[in-house]
Amino acid sequence: MRYICFYFQVHQPIRLRTYRFFDIGINHNYYDDYQNQYILRRVADKCYLPMNQLLFELIQEFGQRFKVSFSITGTALEQFERYAPEVIESFKLLAETGSVEFLAETYSHSLASVISKDEFYSQINLHQDKLKSLIGVKPSTAFRNTELIYSDQIGEYVADLGYKVMLAEGAKHILGWKSPHFLYYNVINPELKLLLKDYQLSDDIAFRFSNRQWDQWPLTAEKYVDWLNAIDSKHEVVNLFMDYETFGEHQWKETGIFDFMRALPYRIFSHSDYEFATPTELSELLQPVAPLHVPYPTSWADEERDLTAWLGNELQEDAFNTLYSLRDKVSQTDDPDIYRDWLYLQTSDHFYYMCTKWFSDGDVHKYFNPYGSPYDAYINYMNILSDFIIRIDKKIEEKTSFQELKHTTSDTKTQKTEKSTITSKKKKTTHDVQITSDGDNIKFTKEQIDKLAEEFTPREIAILFKQLSDNTVKSIKNKLNKDLKIKVEKELAKTMRPRKETINKILNKFNDLIK
Amino acid sequence: MRVLMFGWEFPPHISGGLGTACYGLTKALLRHGVDVIFVVPKAFGDEDNEIKILNASDFEINLEEETSIELWKRLKYIQVASKIIPYISPEAYTEEYERLRKEEIKKNDFFKRKYEFSGSYGPNIMYEVSRYALIASAIAATHDFDVIHAHDWLTYPAGIAAKSTSGKPLIVHVHATEFDRSGENINQDVYNIEREGMLKADKVVTVSNYTRSIVINRYGIEPDKVVTVYNGADAFKFHSRPKVDKPYKEKVVTYIGRITFQKGPEYFVETARKLLKYDDNVRFVMAGSGDMFPRIVKLAARYRIGHKIHFTGFLKGPEVEEVLSYSDVYVMPSVSEPFGISPLEALMSNVPIVISKQSGVSEVLKHAIKVDFWDIDAMANAIYGILHYPAISKMFQKYGKAEVDQLKWDNSAYEVKQLYESLLSEYLILK
Repeated sequence: MRYICFYFQVHQPIRLRTYRFFDIGINHNYYDDYQNQYILRRVADKCYLPMNQLLFELIQEFGQRFKVSFSITGTALEQFERYAPEVIESFKLLAETGSVEFLAETYSHSLASVISKDEFYSQINLHQDKLKSLIGVKPSTAFRNTELIYSDQIGEYVADLGYKVMLAEGAKHILGWKSPHFLYYNVINPELKLLLKDYQLSDDIAFRFSNRQWDQWPLTAEKYVDWLNAIDSKHEVVNLFMDYETFGEHQWKETGIFDFMRALPYRIFSHSDYEFATPTELSELLQPVAPLHVPYPTSWADEERDLTAWLGNELQEDAFNTLYSLRDKVSQTDDPDIYRDWLYLQTSDHFYYMCTKWFSDGDVHKYFNPYGSPYDAYINYMNILSDFIIRIDKKIEEKTSFQELKHTTSDTKTQKTEKSTITSKKKKTTHDVQITSDGDNIKFTKEQIDKLAEEFTPREIAILFKQLSDNTVKSIKNKLNKDLKIKVEKELAKTMRPRKETINKILNKFNDLIK
Repeated sequence: MRVLMFGWEFPPHISGGLGTACYGLTKALLRHGVDVIFVVPKAFGDEDNEIKILNASDFEINLEEETSIELWKRLKYIQVASKIIPYISPEAYTEEYERLRKEEIKKNDFFKRKYEFSGSYGPNIMYEVSRYALIASAIAATHDFDVIHAHDWLTYPAGIAAKSTSGKPLIVHVHATEFDRSGENINQDVYNIEREGMLKADKVVTVSNYTRSIVINRYGIEPDKVVTVYNGADAFKFHSRPKVDKPYKEKVVTYIGRITFQKGPEYFVETARKLLKYDDNVRFVMAGSGDMFPRIVKLAARYRIGHKIHFTGFLKGPEVEEVLSYSDVYVMPSVSEPFGISPLEALMSNVPIVISKQSGVSEVLKHAIKVDFWDIDAMANAIYGILHYPAISKMFQKYGKAEVDQLKWDNSAYEVKQLYESLLSEYLILK
């Protein structure tokens, strides 16, 4: 028995409007609502709705034998809510069939995984919540990262959250002699299985389908199944990963793409020994054959299959680093508008528009790019970022001055009412509990760890971790059992602003523990 | 393969980009093994001696020959019919017209055996253009060549004359059209000469697709006949200088070009005004002279930004290099620019450039910020971006110069040679 795994990526960025330097500090609306609505409506009508319908009918026909998987970004979901709620309804219908798996990913299709683990985790959580509230599913076993970006390190992050299987690119120069037709595992954490894209067969559908210069044009289900059958029968899985927009948007209806997809399952069932499976099923059905070494991040983009489409030149690096340097400040503001913009600005598409590799993959880039040149994209983005920074600073300033104000007024109040006790009270400063021994030198016994697991909630452990040195955190983490570790990681990803007393209480408890 | 080429000027005696382009192309054609006879109205003797230059001023015309008289009759319309001669005032025109009319009466005067061309763009330019054509015919009759190649309208009548004398195929090379020089208020006579040249030519070469579309749309020329061959940038070596420390803290935004309608100087001033409202840390330099100069200075004064815009007048090569060495941004807001060499010099000096989309050079450059000439907001925004986000300057330092280095006359000449060959084989088949 061999398997075919269809995975479709559904993504729409929230596109930025033309934002001039004289808007900075004055205008805080960054988005091209007209364009976003127009494009979303168009793609919904040409692709999402008809293709969902087609898949639904195929599932009706073949029942559990026909299966596909999706990941839908948070920014796409939000725009469905706003401009095309019927798309959400049709995905819900698909979810209810039980033949469709939805994968976890980052909320805003961001590159957070390559720069900030905390942000990465926070976005995964956010995405899960959104998917749960709109489609009613909460993916917890299968993960795919933005643009199939994968490295050993990122795999480890994902494994730490408890995911069992992750999708990655399987291009030849990444795999070497290995074949993408088997299950692999992460080299750091073997618990995480890897499914690799068969770029040849995937791109035959996604890119070449309508290309009349291609010597295999026109592509028929018969021909495609012949190719599938030509694969060595010992190979176990063919992973066909592609943009969902392939169907009806990149490849127009007139090219026959829908007819092809309608015919393909029939042909597969009648003329081959392949069955369909979802990523989670495959992680259980198949035995992993080897670890995969990927020291540097890879992706499914361009000839290079690396990050250079987003982080390949000075413009992109400057914009990217400027953005992520704001993370701490953004969480300090505690402002929902700022947080929303923070998410939207992280979408990888903004960096893709600044790419200067026109020559090899110029056409693909042009197709997706609303800007005349990378310079235009960069200047527009930086103007917006300039305004965003002003807003953040202003918000933080407001907050601190407000807190100072609160402080002084409460001080005067106390002065008036409890004059006598004031001296004794003032001595008690805010952060009064210190960890008794030097954080880096604590050696933890098994009893201590067990006691920690027993007496502390995951949230308390997370708060504690924020107070301890990195080394100490690491030495505790390694000894925690896996379930607890995942829970703690999830807590860590949330924005935490515990009260001083809570922290003091936890630190006291911890001090007791290590005595 | 031998080409009879007609130009109006040739280095070192040039007043614009035309002579430089002719030089770059001719030198490169020689390297490709094409033999070039280059005809100019007036040679000075100090031209590049590798190139065979024919001086039209040295030529005698056989007065008795019937064909000369015939041709002259046909050419007469050029000088007499012209109502407005470009580049001169109405007074000078009346004078000139009178003189020409008298000359017409004293027909024999014209038929003196030799005529010393001025080779300039002076008041008797129409007369010289037709005289040049007459000599072209004589040259065509006495020389051996395969193809005729004429650069810009001043030489089109010469090209046509040479074609009708020899029957050899003609290429006219459009470096600029009347619409680039005069906007919508074109000189109808110049337009007519241009159009006739394009119609009579077997192929029309344009220096950009931008110009190609003007030739097709405004002159009604068959698209199949019009081919774009981009200019090279390596006719002469440009000496970029290292960046210098400025004696003031402001950033410098530079305009280099004639201050005339087609270069869009007022858009530069409008952009300066817009930018200065938000950012005081900028100075603007306008290097060049031209008929719009007084108007532009007045405009700057009226906006009260005279202390921030500096007019240098016309600058020569080394002075251009100096201005570029302390510039932070170069701006070319041209309303209509067939190609545009000056932004390339800025790139060679590692200066980021903002250029108008209505220019040929914007078609060949990737590392340039391109805006519509009328879009003041976009232009100001681009300049602001370059001044405030240093990553852009870094990009230009890394890629700008390399991009210019790829624009080689050898490549242009190769395409031109292919054109010659295809014309020649067609010609031989027809024969």
